[in-house]
Amino acid sequence: MTNATAAIDARGLGKRYGHRWALADCTLTIPAGHVAGLVGPNGAGKTTLISLATGMLAPTTGTVEVLGGQPTGGSDQLARVGYVAQDTPTYAGLSVADHLRLGAHLNPRWDAALARRRIEQLGLDPRQKAAELSGGQRAQLALTLALAKRPELLILDEPIASLDPSARREFLQVLMHATAEQGLSVVMSSHLVADLERVSDYLIVLIASRVRIDGEVDGLLATHHLLTGPRREAASLPASQQVITQSHTGRQSTFLVRSSEPVIDPAWTVEEVSLEDLVVAYMGQASAGSPDIRMLEVRR
Amino acid sequence: MIWLTCRQFRPQAITAAGALIVMAIVLAVTGHGVGSAYTSSRLPACHANCATIASNFVDSIGSFDHVLYFGSILLMYLAPPLMGLFWGAPLIAREFEAGTHRIAWNQSVTRTRWAFVKLGLVGLAAAATAGLLSLMVTWWASPIDHAASLAGGSVQAAAGGVGVHSTWFVETWLEPAIFAARGVAPLGYAAFAFALGVTAGVLLRRTLPAMAVTLVVFAVIQVVVPNAVRPHLLPPAHATVPLNIQNGSIHVSTNAGSGLSGIQLTGSFAKPGAWVLSQVFYAGRRADPDIIITSSGPELMMAPQACIPTPGSGIRPADCRNALAVMHLRQSVTYQPASRFWPLQCIETGIYLLLAAGLGWACAWQVRRRRTP
Repeated sequence: MTNATAAIDARGLGKRYGHRWALADCTLTIPAGHVAGLVGPNGAGKTTLISLATGMLAPTTGTVEVLGGQPTGGSDQLARVGYVAQDTPTYAGLSVADHLRLGAHLNPRWDAALARRRIEQLGLDPRQKAAELSGGQRAQLALTLALAKRPELLILDEPIASLDPSARREFLQVLMHATAEQGLSVVMSSHLVADLERVSDYLIVLIASRVRIDGEVDGLLATHHLLTGPRREAASLPASQQVITQSHTGRQSTFLVRSSEPVIDPAWTVEEVSLEDLVVAYMGQASAGSPDIRMLEVRR
Repeated sequence: MIWLTCRQFRPQAITAAGALIVMAIVLAVTGHGVGSAYTSSRLPACHANCATIASNFVDSIGSFDHVLYFGSILLMYLAPPLMGLFWGAPLIAREFEAGTHRIAWNQSVTRTRWAFVKLGLVGLAAAATAGLLSLMVTWWASPIDHAASLAGGSVQAAAGGVGVHSTWFVETWLEPAIFAARGVAPLGYAAFAFALGVTAGVLLRRTLPAMAVTLVVFAVIQVVVPNAVRPHLLPPAHATVPLNIQNGSIHVSTNAGSGLSGIQLTGSFAKPGAWVLSQVFYAGRRADPDIIITSSGPELMMAPQACIPTPGSGIRPADCRNALAVMHLRQSVTYQPASRFWPLQCIETGIYLLLAAGLGWACAWQVRRRRTP
């Protein structure tokens, strides 16, 4: 890839609370120009990573750059990055119109027409107080605020986790539409892979502060295969096939392998994997405490 | 940022403006009455021995004005901590609690600016509110304060209301009870209480504990400063006054219980409006003889033998005077003269404003460091 600036570039990034590391020695690069999904189990450090990348937290160790700049680099840098925080906070006492006014006063690139149009499309009453909105409407208001400042990068932290399925679908639709329209990069965290699958074209699986696997979704799906066949040991597979998970019955073995080459062994039944299967496989491997965890980080 | 701060502060600003307007009306209406009572008393033209006139004037004030006099003092005591509690503590802590700082910090405005504008505007509003309030109260109470000062200290008067038999005191400007409710000092207190509230909120990140801490810390400081700091802001003055026996008749009273005979003295310390920090009585080189200040002046509780009337001959005045002269009784006083009121007010206000500015700066620095959950 030739793009010079990554959306998020973390080097040895860590955040400690007392004796507990919420994120430890995290090194990752999320390229710009994608709708990138950041997935991982609860406690993997997704929110901490995003809080560090948006400057809500100061790192204990390491550095993080966003679009090549410091997260709190100044008002210019702040204008380039939109952020929708977890639970999509809004000012309870302020009306919808007040929120738009807030955005207009605090952002030099504010797109008032876009904001107004969005509110109309959502059917929100501008005079309504944010406290009276439903969770889905609040999320939409927070998203509108982030989009109308015309950022180059939009960072969303589990924006849909607390929404009901229809509100979730609506939110993602709005997000996809806006992304296509404004041509912005998106980094969005979630532990719901099914939701990400619909919108993201880049995936990062973060487990215990480590990138377990990352890459473009198409590429990931093309290089992972589910093999079923007569029982055999993992060691007997070709070196080009990296075993992610395996299960054995008396006569049969099932392997999820990563291989850049097509699997041509006629003994195998080869199936494609879904994104969810893939993520679950990597997560399951982590919880099983596999000894070759470190090996999987090798992805150069 | 200014717009957002004003919008968020709107409800509190309306409350404060309403309270100021109500106070202004009440004080303006009643202040006229107090003012004309003062003018018609002989106080404005009085320059010496005004104690009686002052007492009469204070006595002539209506009962509603009594309530207002003490109520306004109470208000001046409450206003700064209330602003610290309800404007200061939630200012940033509330944002942390609701998570709204994550909206604010992602607008194209640095969080340092965010913190400074919030602190500056609302802090200014707090100082201005307290300043205006103090201005009104100081104006309203100035005749009474002046009477208290002319009376040579505290005035005790019978309450003016019909059928009310309680007594009430007015004290001079420099007495700690009044000092904190007059002049420019409340402005400094309000700015400081506000900054203290914000600091507690930033450090604790929760509004309620921040309010509790603000209240406790502010109360402690308001007790410590008048007792331990204010007396030393300017070097106090000293005076030593000889205590003599009254000319003419000698008053000796015998306490029925102890059987001791006390003798009335004259010449105790009297400087109108002075704030007495400490006083020590001496007899020769011996400190602290048994002298007390009673309502009719100082009294030596153990009169010399020569002054105690004997059944046969009564008091022998010449012997008694001699006996007392030999004792060399005197009163040594450390005090702040009345003229120090404005210098002390300005210094104290300056200190509080400096502290407030320091706390404000610390808040902004803390916010910049992103020590938030």
